[in-house]
Amino acid sequence: MKEKIESIRRAIGEGMLQVHDRKQLFELKMQFLGKTGEISALSKGMRDIPPEQRPEAGKLVGEIRTWAEEQFAAREEQLKTEELSARYASERVDVTMPARFAGTGSVHPVSLVRQELIDIFAGMGFDIYEGPEIEQDYYNFQALNIPADHPARDMQDTFFIGGEYLLRSQTSSGQIRVMENKKPPIKVLSPGRVYRSDSDATHSPMFHQMEGLVVDRGITLNDLKGCLDEFARRMFDEGTKTRLRPSYFPFTEPSVEVDLSCCNCGGKGCRVCKGTGWIEVLGAGVVNRRVLENCGIDPDEYTGFAFGMGLERIAMIKYGITDIRLLFEGDVRFLRQFKG
Amino acid sequence: MKAPLSWLKDYVDIDVSAQELQVKLFSCGFEVEELIYVGAAIDRCVVGRIERIEKHPGADKLKICRLNCGAYGEDIQIVTGADNVFEGALVPVALEGASLAGGIKIKKGKLRGVESYGMLCSGEELGINDDWYDGADVYGILILQGDIPLGTDIKQVVGLDDYIFDISVTSNRPDCQSIYGIAREVAAVLKKPIRPVPLNYSVGDFGTAGRVDVSVQDAERCPRYIAHYVKDLKIEKSPLWMRRRLALCGLRAISNVVDITNFVLLELGQPMHAFDLSHIGGSAICVRRAEEGEKIVTLDEKQFTLTAEDLVIADAQKPVALAGIMGGLNSGIGEGTKEVLFESAKFERAGIRRSSRRLGQKSDSSARFEKGVDAYTTGIAINRALNLICALGCGQIACDRFDIGAPQEAPQPIRTTFSAINALLGIEVPREETADILERLHFNVDADGDSLSAVPPAFREDVDGYPDLAEEVIRMYGYDHIGGTFLAKAAVTDGGLTAAQRTRERAMRALRGQDYSEIITYSFISPKDYALLRLEQEEGRAIRIKNPIGEDMSLMRTTLAPSMLATLLRNIRRGNEHARLFELASVYLAKSLPLQEMPEERATLCVGAYGGEDFFTCKGAFEAFAAEFGLQFAYAAAEKPFLHPGKCAAVLFEGKQVGYLGELAPDIAESLSVEVPVYLGELDYAALEEALQRSLHYVPLPKFPEVKRDLALVAEDSVLCADAEAVIRAACKFVSAVHLFDVYRGEQVGEGKKSMAFSLTFTPHEKAISPEDADGYVKRILKELHAKLGATLR
Repeated sequence: MKEKIESIRRAIGEGMLQVHDRKQLFELKMQFLGKTGEISALSKGMRDIPPEQRPEAGKLVGEIRTWAEEQFAAREEQLKTEELSARYASERVDVTMPARFAGTGSVHPVSLVRQELIDIFAGMGFDIYEGPEIEQDYYNFQALNIPADHPARDMQDTFFIGGEYLLRSQTSSGQIRVMENKKPPIKVLSPGRVYRSDSDATHSPMFHQMEGLVVDRGITLNDLKGCLDEFARRMFDEGTKTRLRPSYFPFTEPSVEVDLSCCNCGGKGCRVCKGTGWIEVLGAGVVNRRVLENCGIDPDEYTGFAFGMGLERIAMIKYGITDIRLLFEGDVRFLRQFKG
Repeated sequence: MKAPLSWLKDYVDIDVSAQELQVKLFSCGFEVEELIYVGAAIDRCVVGRIERIEKHPGADKLKICRLNCGAYGEDIQIVTGADNVFEGALVPVALEGASLAGGIKIKKGKLRGVESYGMLCSGEELGINDDWYDGADVYGILILQGDIPLGTDIKQVVGLDDYIFDISVTSNRPDCQSIYGIAREVAAVLKKPIRPVPLNYSVGDFGTAGRVDVSVQDAERCPRYIAHYVKDLKIEKSPLWMRRRLALCGLRAISNVVDITNFVLLELGQPMHAFDLSHIGGSAICVRRAEEGEKIVTLDEKQFTLTAEDLVIADAQKPVALAGIMGGLNSGIGEGTKEVLFESAKFERAGIRRSSRRLGQKSDSSARFEKGVDAYTTGIAINRALNLICALGCGQIACDRFDIGAPQEAPQPIRTTFSAINALLGIEVPREETADILERLHFNVDADGDSLSAVPPAFREDVDGYPDLAEEVIRMYGYDHIGGTFLAKAAVTDGGLTAAQRTRERAMRALRGQDYSEIITYSFISPKDYALLRLEQEEGRAIRIKNPIGEDMSLMRTTLAPSMLATLLRNIRRGNEHARLFELASVYLAKSLPLQEMPEERATLCVGAYGGEDFFTCKGAFEAFAAEFGLQFAYAAAEKPFLHPGKCAAVLFEGKQVGYLGELAPDIAESLSVEVPVYLGELDYAALEEALQRSLHYVPLPKFPEVKRDLALVAEDSVLCADAEAVIRAACKFVSAVHLFDVYRGEQVGEGKKSMAFSLTFTPHEKAISPEDADGYVKRILKELHAKLGATLR
């Protein structure tokens, strides 16, 4: 019996050395521990052993079974680890290789600025109104207190279609359309394309403006300043300041030009602001009484302010673009830089 | 508007530097676009006396001068070649290190072996002519006159030590298109008094009416007309001080009478004219409309044919001036002029503007009239002109004049309250301050408690309401007092984008998700664009701009495709390997031409792509767009004049065509030297807008599992994928998805045939679908496919 057990022990030990994967291990294991395996055969052979020797034989068989099971379990664990390592090694990828994805398109810088402005002013309670680009003289000029042959018409070189029709030269035309249809309180932002006969590195015959209009009781020039301060802070940075200075627009009285402290140098003076520390960004003012009257709003009861800015100009300042023509060329190398 | 500092100082005691004044003017609404120091080019050039002249030992034409330049050196040796120097002469001396006009630098040097420590200067080298200093035009060294301390900076002597403020004047302030107008603002901002313009003159014992008759036939176009007769004229050169003033403002002196009219124009902003009376026929001057077809030759020798819209000054027979624009050649001032009629008039600005534009004739005069001249200044200016005649002693002045249309009424007061002004500004400006500012600006102020009455000065025709007063107050009080409040009294409003506006943002986001980048292109295109895309017929529908920048930007586009194609081409030509672009913008559709009513501005979405693209990747953009909004587009083969006939689809939504998509026609591509396939598509966004905003509704999930079956069909090559899908869907109501996953053409299916492999999904409704059920459905589907399309199971 003992010899038999020793030979099994040796056979297992030698067998183990020949085993290189878990399948071979399983086969070897069955050879000894399977139903018909050699150790199982020993158990079955107990009945041929005299009863007085059985306890000892049983003990020996138990020991070898336990030992064999431990051997196989240990070897299996070992093989598992080896196999995983081999798999890891063979499946390794170069994680620095490029990804596969469609790419993401970009937002036009003018649209980016437009969205930001809408976010800022919508939060202050402004609606968004988009008026027609082919306009009537009345809305683009007359109702804005610019009668025919008024010298202020020379401030903008207008494209004419014929008759009373023209390409709007300013989004201010939207003011009138809003006020004709809505009574105060009015807070409206009017973005869109405008057209002027002008073309060079800083002027485009088509560009975008954003007009803002507030009409309500007790609106003041001081409110205009407060609103624009908020705009400047959020559009550029916390430290951006605004400066009002007198100007003239027929549809506002008083009228102001609004400068922002230069976002490039923080107001110290640099190339961008031509050394002045300030950048001119928009025109604004208290809505002229005649304009309110033209829209059927009582100027003794209501006052308002309006402002208008060029979106290309804001985009150029904000992103450091030096030639306006880039905005309309659609070169993908330019476009792809703008995400949002 | 150019205003020399020296001229302003005639009227205001300016005790701040030019730079400080620039800042002050800026703060009150007058931006100095450029502050020019007149003598900026000249440095280290002083007055010196030639004490001794010696012959140059080595050159006959050169002289050695020894100069006394006071503090700069009492014995400076300078070699000159000029002939007109003499001992005792005072001359401009450019010292060692000096700069002169034209960027010339002076260094010490040797002329033919003799040391020279500078240069004696001519007028030209100082950048001046006779208008600046008598004798400056002489060839040779400028010989200075009078007794000038040696060492004096030459700029002070010849009038170059001066500043010019080039001021941008807003169009509401025509009164500031003059030296005196600017001086008034300077006085107000510096809180200094302003000296009046000298207006006194002495007259002879003869009248204007005795010599000439003046009438105005069109008082609307000529609200005020003043004519004053001056005789015994001595036409000669104006005095230096006057020539220098004109030169500072960029005008050349001509002769005293002409110079006076220019001087008054600059000083007061009132265009003046002088007619040589000997050329005036019938001793009559009439302001009237031109007769249709009447002709005039203006001073610059251009001939114009006039219409009844043009206003002229005429004698008994002919026009002698285009009113407010330019005098006629036939009545101009010449050397022999002995008697003139001075004209100071107010012409209505719109009329001048229209005539000037139509005739294409502009002048300093028409520019002023277009901006607006006030009737008050018209009266002042004639007196100033006569004052100058008197001062120059160059003529005898009549004792009376024609003054047709002199203002009868004084300006009306604006009645308001201090609190109304403050309420508009949103700050509290002290009453005394408000009143003081208005008075400084020549308003006649009457204050009683809170109420305020202010009569604007006669030259301020722009002021007509209390907001104007508020503006005057704040621009002088200072905008820096406005600290900012945040809509303290305004009602709270919600605001934000409308549903339609939000949907557009979402549409653009959907395309960006497909790697499409947004472009913005001009709304106007060229007739050539239509021709290129063989859309000549559509060109006729486009709205045309009357005054385009060029023919290439003359039509309001009715399609976005040309702009997209141009953008793609630009990218191709710049070597960009691929591009996916979109634009969401309006096309402009006239209901009739010429426009009788507002045209439709119709939102349109255009996509374009090239580089690694095929028809189906481009179709993917439309499908992604549809998927974003849960819409189903259908596609049908179609033709477009500019697209490949085999790769062009109409896009359908709920049975209606809403767009197209396809590859640029190869012959057009070839004509553009484009070698990669280019894809273009347009969607009528406006037609989809309602569908894009449909609200979402939840459909309950199926209670039973879905069943899948794959079918490989063999059919004629002409059978379309969409046909098969339609038959499959029609044959079984449980089919919820049909997906084509393979197409095969080749030997195994036979000539002219193809195999299409579909994956079908059956979604149960009320009860589960068993495998036997599904087999039944498939059978029915195959039967239908065979019957309708002749397709069989492969």
